[in-house]
This record gives sequence, C-alpha cells and structure tokens, in this order.
Amino acid sequence: MREIKELLVQKINELLDNGTVDRVAGWKAGEFCYDAAPAVFTKENIDELLYNGFCGANQSKFLVNAATTENRILALLKPCDTYSYNQLVKEHRVDPSRVYALGIPCTGMVDVNKIKALGITGITGIEEDGENLKIATIYGDASCKKCDVLLERCMVCKGKNHVAGDEMLIPDEEAPETPSCADRMAEVARLEAMTEEERFNFWREQLSKCIRCNACRNACPACTCRTCVFDNAKSGLAAKVNNTDFEENMFHIIRAFHVAGRCTDCGECSRVCPQNIPLHLLNRKFIKDINEFYGEFQAGADTTTKGPLTSFTKEDCEPSIVMERGE
Amino acid sequence: MQVNEIEKKEYTPLIVAFCCNWCSYAGADLAGSSRLNYPANVKIIRVPCSCRVNPLFILRAFQRGADGVIMCGCHPGDCHYSTGNYYARRRMTLLFSMLDYLGIERARTRVEWVSAAEGAKFAAVMNEFAETINRLGENRKLRDLRCEK
Repeated sequence: MREIKELLVQKINELLDNGTVDRVAGWKAGEFCYDAAPAVFTKENIDELLYNGFCGANQSKFLVNAATTENRILALLKPCDTYSYNQLVKEHRVDPSRVYALGIPCTGMVDVNKIKALGITGITGIEEDGENLKIATIYGDASCKKCDVLLERCMVCKGKNHVAGDEMLIPDEEAPETPSCADRMAEVARLEAMTEEERFNFWREQLSKCIRCNACRNACPACTCRTCVFDNAKSGLAAKVNNTDFEENMFHIIRAFHVAGRCTDCGECSRVCPQNIPLHLLNRKFIKDINEFYGEFQAGADTTTKGPLTSFTKEDCEPSIVMERGE
Repeated sequence: MQVNEIEKKEYTPLIVAFCCNWCSYAGADLAGSSRLNYPANVKIIRVPCSCRVNPLFILRAFQRGADGVIMCGCHPGDCHYSTGNYYARRRMTLLFSMLDYLGIERARTRVEWVSAAEGAKFAAVMNEFAETINRLGENRKLRDLRCEK
C-alpha cells in the first residue's frame, strides 16, 4: 500500500503540473486516522491526501456536483468505484469530458467497526502484512486477519479489473488481488429460507433502528435525483414519526426500488448507516431477483447496455411467480 | 361505550384495484352491465395504463388502509401503448418479491390481465381475491397509525 501511495502522489503531481486537472477528489484524514472522508484537493493542500486501508468511501457520487467546471477534476477510482462511475456516465449525471478518471489499485478496505469489535481500540495506523493486518494502537501493536475485518463490499470483491478510466496507475494485470472471502448472496438466501413471520420480525428489528438521517440516500451513487421523492414536503413523508413503522418500511422499500437495476452493489448505504442497518441486503435481494428472472446483470459494467427495468422481453415471467415459490 | 361499538363492527376488507383505462376498466364496465356480481368493497382506481402504477401507489394504498391491492391491465402484447404492461410486469414482479422478502403476506398483492371483453373474468378475479383477503384478515403489517380513523 505504501508503494502505491508513493506512486499515486507522483502521478497526481504530474497531472496537476501539466495542467490536465486542477483539482483532485480524494480522501482526507479526519480526527482519527480511520476517519478517512472524501475531500477535494488543489495543488496547495495535496500533501494532505490519504490512501490507506480506511479509504472505503466511493468517490463517484461527488463527481455529480464537483465535475461541472471548465477544468477537469481528477477522480481516484478503485476497481469497484468504476462501476458506479460508469452508471453515472450512462445516466448522464457525470460528464466524462470534465473528469480525468485515474484507476487505482485496491487491496481491500477495512471496516473500523469490525476491528473495534475484536477489542482493538486506540488505533493510530494500519499496515498490510500479507493475509494479516498490523494495527498500531496507543496501547502497542496488534494484528488481526484481514478477512475478518474487511468492509462488506470487499468481502465479495468484484475483482481487480477497472471497467472505466482514462488511465491506470498500474496495469490491472500487475495489480494486487483481494480474494473474495464470502458468498455474496448467502445472507439473502438465509433470509429467504426463513418463514414469513421471522422475516417480518427480522426487518422490523432492523428498520426500526432507522433515524431517517438520509445518509444512505446521500451517499448512494445511484441516488442522484435533483429533487428526491422524499424531499417533497407535501407528501407527508418528510418527518420521522415515532408511532408508526410504516414510514421506515416505505422509505427503504422505495429507496431500494428506485435504485433497482442501477445499484452496482457498492455497499455505501450500509457503510454509512449510523445505525448499522444491513441495507445492502435489500439491494442484493433485487439484484438476486433480477439475475434469476431476467438473466445475469451487473449495473455499471459498461455504459451502453439497457437496464433490466428499462427493458423487457415478451417471455418474461408473470408476477405470480412470487406466489408460486415455496415457503 | 365507544370502544364496544367499534369492537362490534364487522370487519369488511378494503380492496384497491388499479385498472387500466383501455382493457380492465372496460372489463369492469362489462361485468357491471352484464349484471355480474363482484364485492362492493373493491374500489377501482382508473389509470391510463398499468405502467402508470408506481410501486409507491401500492404502498400508499396499504398506508391508507387497504387490505389488498390488485393491479389489472391489458394482456401482455395487447397494451394500448404497445409496451406499457411489459414494463409494469417486471416492476410488479420485483416489488411483490420485495414485499415477500420483508415478511408481508404475499397474497395481499396480485396482478391480473383482464381484457375489455372479459367481464366474467373480472368478476371472478375480484370475487376470488376478496375471498383471499377475507381469509387473511386485516392488514396490520403495512399500516400507518396516523391514517387510521
């Protein structure tokens, strides 16, 4: 990771100096080293750029607002971010002529909450060590298995290949690989196998934690409507009411539905959720259904294929297929 | 006193039927003019095309107290606008699957294709659906307390 960072800084300086770009969308450390948050840099503060195992945030969403000026902005895209980028380009939400997309390698991003859950606190730094992670803390060094602390999306890594980008920092063939260490649909299948009552209770328990902070919506690269249906004051949906669970259900069903067929399964929704609701399970259910009913589809794999909800075949299954499925 | 009165009230399910203007609504009309019986608690909402039915409409109906929601449109291939119901079919399949995933009774939602000539089918479908909803009882999982009277 350290070599990658050095290479990256060198490349960024080169692009800033030759005038290809005038700004860089990257990550910046917050109060703690694991608080890496997206930020825009110029030549003056580029030395604050961070790229380590905590840079999980997907940059592509920020390009919707940032990539609107005459001068190009440099976007640092990890392999999975390029799917979201492609999807935004496909929907004309990002103008690729205003972006210089640099594909950067990724070895899997970690979820700090999972590290903390292992009892490792006071984290001050992180270093890769093959299959393990060396974690520096104020109490001394600790280590843990990388597979145990990866972000949900990195557990089911889409691979090291970038599907978009004007240039690659290092060719994909030479890039390090993140081994996939979980079955993507296992949790969805587990829920499907439950009884109706168990499923209802599971989701009530999860969704009742929702505080309607809209973080999932704001971080989602697929949620880029200029006026969101949930921002309509007249709809009566704007406020979180304590006495009803309908709203939580509806908000999440509709949000998942609005991104169905466009969701690249980047997992930002679950990553940013302050209440740790497994929102990706709703999106993955749609992905699973689409794959089963209408054929394998990966949103953002290219910029031309029509989405499954904006196309059809005459032989599509009837909605009664849902009723016919066994309990 | 008041509470007792409410308790005594017999439960009658409320069913919302979204019917496309060109086929199913005319089918409902035919059922009526042919003097075919279908339950009075089926409330029909006329839409220009089954494709007009936004998933939010279905949830909204449940919020406002519906116990069952059925969507009727032209048979696939017969859409007045050529392709509308093909899109609606995909959308509803995914929505129903999602409702099922969240643990909401899957029999509360249904899609039926009813043409303008199928008055008898319309009545039969509504009778059968009303029976299903009657058996399931009140919709408690997708209700909004604010909307209750």
